[in-house]
Amino acid sequence: MSPRIGVVTFPGSLDDVDAARAVRLAGATPVSLWHDDSALRGVNAVILPGGFSYGDYLRCGAIARFSAVMETVVDAARGGLPVLGICNGFQILCESHLLPGALTRNRELHFRNRDQALEIGNTGTAWTGAFTPGQRIVVPVKNGEGCFVADTATLDALEAENRVVARYVEGNPNGSQRDIAGICNEAGNVVGMMPHPEHAVERLTGPSTDGLGVFTSVLAHLGATTV
Amino acid sequence: MTRVVVDVMLKPEILDPQGEAVVNALPRLGAGQVASVRIGKRIELEFTEGTDEKVMREQATEIADKLLANPVIEDFTVRLPDASEAEPTA
Repeated sequence: MSPRIGVVTFPGSLDDVDAARAVRLAGATPVSLWHDDSALRGVNAVILPGGFSYGDYLRCGAIARFSAVMETVVDAARGGLPVLGICNGFQILCESHLLPGALTRNRELHFRNRDQALEIGNTGTAWTGAFTPGQRIVVPVKNGEGCFVADTATLDALEAENRVVARYVEGNPNGSQRDIAGICNEAGNVVGMMPHPEHAVERLTGPSTDGLGVFTSVLAHLGATTV
Repeated sequence: MTRVVVDVMLKPEILDPQGEAVVNALPRLGAGQVASVRIGKRIELEFTEGTDEKVMREQATEIADKLLANPVIEDFTVRLPDASEAEPTA
């Protein structure tokens, strides 16, 4: 039986359908999870998709953090469940204190929407095992508040502990400190990234199929951990 | 008095691109002497009539710390407005 990967829909989520499609293309079974329902339906991993949960009111991700589903997601993530936050999902993970730092308004104020080159960092996480360290990939980025900030001590610790999962190369789209596009928690089961791998899984609609590796990574990770 | 005001500001070291955009527009208003603009949020919490002042302060502080401000990037202050401050328009 293929692994079941939950995709949460919040009011204002946009990319939940694309995330579910990427999960299916990678060979897993997508399971819809609802913001107002704490049940995780026996999933083996969870994706928090991109969009504008709760209209981005107050701060991006600030209100989603208090949703019913996030209470169980936070507990499960602390217990080792693989969790991936993409864009708004990354913002929610930071607001939930599963990941350090915060995402703030893009330095140039523009909403940035383009194909973005990334350099993969840590490949020991649940979501990046299919890549090689230093590998260059191209996936879409689209955000207005994607500027990653943290204090110097946190940034130094992220780098010293090899917790930078991806960096922007060939241009930083939002002013993120140290070109950070994605990070993971200490255990490597929780990953957040601003770029959208779920939009780069088919030649017809994406700039590449590089994003598929994120989703096949978690399948391999789950296979390795359930044996 | 049942209102508590929470002011949320970006920490000084956090870049405020909105404030920069505003300050860059000011010379066109003839206000070129303004060196810096920082933009924050003012949040008014209206408590049920008769709520104890200490309870209001404590609850407002907890709400600000957990939800209204993100301590990674923002500072907040909690205050009970004095009588001279205008009532909010309904």
